[in-house]
Amino acid sequence: MAKKLQLTLKVWRQPSGKAEGRIETYDAKDIPVTASFLEMLDIVNEGIIADGGEPIAFDHDCREGICGMCSLTINGCPHGPGKGVTTCQVHMRSFQDGDTIWIEPFRADAFPVLKDLMVDRTAFDHIIQAGGFISARTGSAVDANATPIPKPVADAAFDAAACIGCGACVAACKNASAMLFVAAKVEHLGMLPQGKAEKDRRVLSMVRAMDDHGFGNCTNQYECEAVCPKEISATYITKMNRDFAAASVKEAVVTEF
Amino acid sequence: MVSDISKDMPDSKIPSGPIAEKWTKHKMDSRLINPNNKRKYTVLVVGSGLAGASAAATLSELGYKVKCFCYQDSPRRAHSIAAQGGINAAKNYQNDGDSVYRLFYDTVKGGDFRSREANVHRLAECSTEIIDQCVAQGVPFAREYGGLLANRSFGGAQVSRTFYARGQTGQQLLIGAYSALSKQIAAGGVEMYPRTEMLDLVLVDGHAKGIVVRDMVTGRVHSFAGDTVLLATGGYGNVFYLSTNAMGCNVTAAYRAHKRGAYFANPCYTQIHPTCIPVSGAYQSKLTLMSESLRNDGRVWVPKKAGETRRPRDIPEDERDYYLERKYPSFGNLAPRDISSRGAKEVCDEGRGVGDTGLGVYLDFAAAIDRDGEDAIRERYGNLFQMYEQITGENAYQTPMRIFPAVHYTMGGLWVDYNLMSNIPGLHVLGEANFSDHGANRLGASALMQGLADGYFVIPCTIANYLAGETPGTVTTEHEAFKKVEEEVSQRIHQFLNINGNRSVDSFHRELGLMVWDKCGMARDREGLTEALKKIPELREEFWKNVRVPGDNNNVNQELEKAGRVADFLEFAELLCYDARAREESCGGHFRTEYQTEEGEAMRDDENYAYVSAWEHEGVGKEPTLHKENLEFENVKLAVRSYK
Amino acid sequence: MKLLESFKQFYASSIGKKLLVALSGAVLLLFLLGHLLGNLVIYLGRGALNDYAEFLHHALHGMGVWIARVGLLGAVGIHIMATIHLAAQNRAARHSRYAYESTQTASKASRTMIISGTIILCFIIFHLLHFTILPNDLKDVTTAGHVRPDVYGMVVKGFQNVLVSLFYIVSMAFVCFHLSHGVSSVFQTLGFRSEKSADMIKWLGHGYAAFIFLGNISIPIAVLLGFLKF
Ligand SMILES: Cc1cc2nc3c(=O)[nH]c(=O)nc-3n(C[C@H](O)[C@H](O)[C@H](O)COP(=O)(O)OP(=O)(O)OC[C@H]3O[C@@H](n4cnc5c(N)ncnc54)[C@H](O)[C@@H]3O)c2cc1C
Ligand code: HEM
Ligand code: FES
Repeated sequence: MAKKLQLTLKVWRQPSGKAEGRIETYDAKDIPVTASFLEMLDIVNEGIIADGGEPIAFDHDCREGICGMCSLTINGCPHGPGKGVTTCQVHMRSFQDGDTIWIEPFRADAFPVLKDLMVDRTAFDHIIQAGGFISARTGSAVDANATPIPKPVADAAFDAAACIGCGACVAACKNASAMLFVAAKVEHLGMLPQGKAEKDRRVLSMVRAMDDHGFGNCTNQYECEAVCPKEISATYITKMNRDFAAASVKEAVVTEF
Repeated sequence: MVSDISKDMPDSKIPSGPIAEKWTKHKMDSRLINPNNKRKYTVLVVGSGLAGASAAATLSELGYKVKCFCYQDSPRRAHSIAAQGGINAAKNYQNDGDSVYRLFYDTVKGGDFRSREANVHRLAECSTEIIDQCVAQGVPFAREYGGLLANRSFGGAQVSRTFYARGQTGQQLLIGAYSALSKQIAAGGVEMYPRTEMLDLVLVDGHAKGIVVRDMVTGRVHSFAGDTVLLATGGYGNVFYLSTNAMGCNVTAAYRAHKRGAYFANPCYTQIHPTCIPVSGAYQSKLTLMSESLRNDGRVWVPKKAGETRRPRDIPEDERDYYLERKYPSFGNLAPRDISSRGAKEVCDEGRGVGDTGLGVYLDFAAAIDRDGEDAIRERYGNLFQMYEQITGENAYQTPMRIFPAVHYTMGGLWVDYNLMSNIPGLHVLGEANFSDHGANRLGASALMQGLADGYFVIPCTIANYLAGETPGTVTTEHEAFKKVEEEVSQRIHQFLNINGNRSVDSFHRELGLMVWDKCGMARDREGLTEALKKIPELREEFWKNVRVPGDNNNVNQELEKAGRVADFLEFAELLCYDARAREESCGGHFRTEYQTEEGEAMRDDENYAYVSAWEHEGVGKEPTLHKENLEFENVKLAVRSYK
Repeated sequence: MKLLESFKQFYASSIGKKLLVALSGAVLLLFLLGHLLGNLVIYLGRGALNDYAEFLHHALHGMGVWIARVGLLGAVGIHIMATIHLAAQNRAARHSRYAYESTQTASKASRTMIISGTIILCFIIFHLLHFTILPNDLKDVTTAGHVRPDVYGMVVKGFQNVLVSLFYIVSMAFVCFHLSHGVSSVFQTLGFRSEKSADMIKWLGHGYAAFIFLGNISIPIAVLLGFLKF
């Protein structure tokens, strides 16, 4: 039988977006070390329901680290302990018996809280809508092998494309900046030959959309990179800075996009 | 009640002519809508997975007004995102003898001869265009050093036709479709409604003209009217509670449509995936799939003797049973999913299972690491090994993985004709939510292909066959039918909130899941199914008396969301068991223990069961009516599926 | 005026401001290096330093020093304006703070740039007052019949005041602190950092900061210890 943990939870409870929130304390008893962090919360919620309370609301769906829905800040760290993991991939073996665990939402003004630990991340969708695509009308494509793409380029594009849009980068950033998210998309598409045509326009409009949503600015501290569950490198931000500068100059002196 | 074959079955609208020309001919024969008129039609797309997102984006590009819905906070999170292995396409880039015909043939055979030839052939035809489209969108498929696309062989195929993006193919394809969708949202062609759950379908004069939804943030119940409704809401694997599906995957949209008259086809065809991480305890909320591409290099084995206690590395070669290689010498570890899964079940039933629970078998990479080096294996499967370690705390480079089958995909779904329209006029069904292309068993890397074929290439053409006959915008939500359904939905929500019983929604879901897994899982028999059919209504009754749904409906209420889904599963499970009981043969994902050969292989009965079972709802707790669509095999010879 | 519009838009964006901070920062960095190398001439003796000062003041017929002054003032102005805007936006981006704060990798220096920057600003003002605007200690000397300001004397005299030296050293510590994040940051912001060069850039930044620090404080220390005499 798996070892069991007795834990104390400090959980952010906020009845709705408009209401005030506060930290509440819960006991998490007999938590098997083999359970996942979200399963631990399931167990706690079962207890709350049995006691006639309202369970803790938190976002989750795939529970396998790919959908990007889960979004808890655990002891001040988005997605909690461990490198390259989402909240749903954290397992209780990462904790010690008797630990107190602080659980808060991903905090940023651009991600308003909906309830308890759930936040609204539609700002990310709006940023993608501003230009996070290659305009390739269905049916208009040429043969997939018509344009060879060197493996290193394809690999680097993939590394950026691995982003799951969870928002941990924003939650971890001291300035609630979305630069890693935006850079990952700008560079994923900008590196590929297919994405070059819209490259300048893309970077300008995505960065502007990001600014419009009230995210902060990058101060090159790399907190984003440290918590990114897909370990996306902040060097994509470097590249985006460069691309943004070039596009700005082009826009100012050569052409309107 | 069983109706006669095909008599009262709606027309499947399969075009005449040779198989290879049907789709071309159908496209030619399909009706067209003048570009200026397209914008007058509103299309409601429920679901933003591969099928929904690709359909919504493409229809919008064509000029239709599209409204798209999903229950997640963003369309990018649909469960298509979790697909790891890859997507098939008959590109024959490897020059290994692949062709549209071979992909067609393999898929029909893989489906154990229970799918429609015409649909499958169309799927194979569209497959090549899908890859072109996705590459154009910037999907970073794996490439060779020369810069050309790489392929691998996958899930029982003997040619390398699977395109992949590391272990995240579904994610990359979905992001491609999502970006196309985003482009259309920005252009004003698509209105997107995330965190919006469809709770019912609205029929006006027998046509699907709208949906009733619940805003999952405010609790508001309201409706949308359109000229046609597309359901792309995914599969119903979560009826088993534990599955590789996401927590929110549900049958609600499809089942509500079924209750409104849509036929549900072949619900008993459920796929059990052989390579999942075993269950570790009662608290378990979901199962995680390890891509079966792992079987390309991993060898499956169990100890020869029951009750083995030594660590895997201490068990000498001659005391190991590589049972797949032994039983299926030509396919070995790559035997199709149903066969591999059952193989695992058999050895575990014999007491030779591994791990704490005895429900697991080894998937061993030692030989591959010896042969190719650890780095090569890391390059191929690094993220999977990492995922395995996160969950189990074990390093699979050093000790074999433990795997066990888990529910993964549902071949059954709403019945549709060749135009992807159900028997309810105006209700189209795409992706995993329909039944159409995989027969009794889906081959690996074919679901992504199907979802995208449906969304990018099929529905954009076939939808006009319905819409051209409709005057656009005739129905609004002011119509009394909407008020009535809204009222019913609100009433049900009210009911959930006021039962105030003693058990959580999850506890019912778990109990239901165990029951269905037990009686209607990897192996089924008449007796067990009959018992399940007795017990499910009892559990349902208890649910409606004793469930506790805290909170109210003015806010986010996750228990309420779950309650609605579980209530539908509690009805749907019965349909599943009826279908499994009625199909007295073993085929694909449906294994009836009464129908097997002496060696334990599935025994199909083509004489009596070469049909699609399409079920009509007769009321909750009542036996549904079975309609049969005969399957004609003109191009592929019915044969015993042998992977020996 | 389209260009001005474009510039406004550029400045309004977060990366635009960042680029200006980095560019102005880079100008100041280069200045600091040049300034330090010039300062080190003091070790070559009074004559050499005074030659050097005279050279600076007469370069481009006396224009050189003014061009540099205006340029530097501009750089400092842009740097301060943009960083204040950035800092204000950053604060506004997260009103509700974490109850449990934790930091993964960000250095102390990177989190206190605005503080170290403000101290540097105070220092710059003092420094300019002290040596440039109100150089009380600046007397003329006559060497070989040539009358010119005795910069050497002014510096040594200034640093013989322990309080002045101490303030100078402490300020240099903050400059060093500022630069320990700032230098590598310039590479990141201007787009010259890569996975492969990241470590080297970080090392370079720390090295640069240390060099500026040690080089500059060596002078007051040398004065206080009596190595540099009046
Ligand atoms: C772990 C895993 C791995 C897989 N690997 C592969 C693979 O390698 N290759 C392959 O070909 N296939 C694979 N599959 C199968 C394949 O991923 C799915 O069958 C396919 O992606 C389904 O796509 P879909 O668009 O039909 O549904 P989904 O992607 O499930 O999308 C359903 C959509 O409907 C929405 N929805 C559902 N219900 C409602 C409602 N009531 N109201 C509003 N919206 C609703 C959801 O929000 C979502 O947007 C895998 C599946 C799983 C689970
Ligand atoms: C000798 C003078 C100075 C030098 C050499 C200098 C240098 C730098 C450099 C190189 C950076 C990094 C730029 C980047 O992020 O790419 C920086 C950042 C910064 N500087 Fe200065 N600086 C000086 C004076 C000041 C002053 C007077 C302030 C006063 C407010 C200041 C405030 C800041 C702040 C807040 C940042 C962080 C900006 C950010 O990352 O967003 N600096 N500085
Ligand atoms: S729940 Fe999907 S990433 Fe965690």
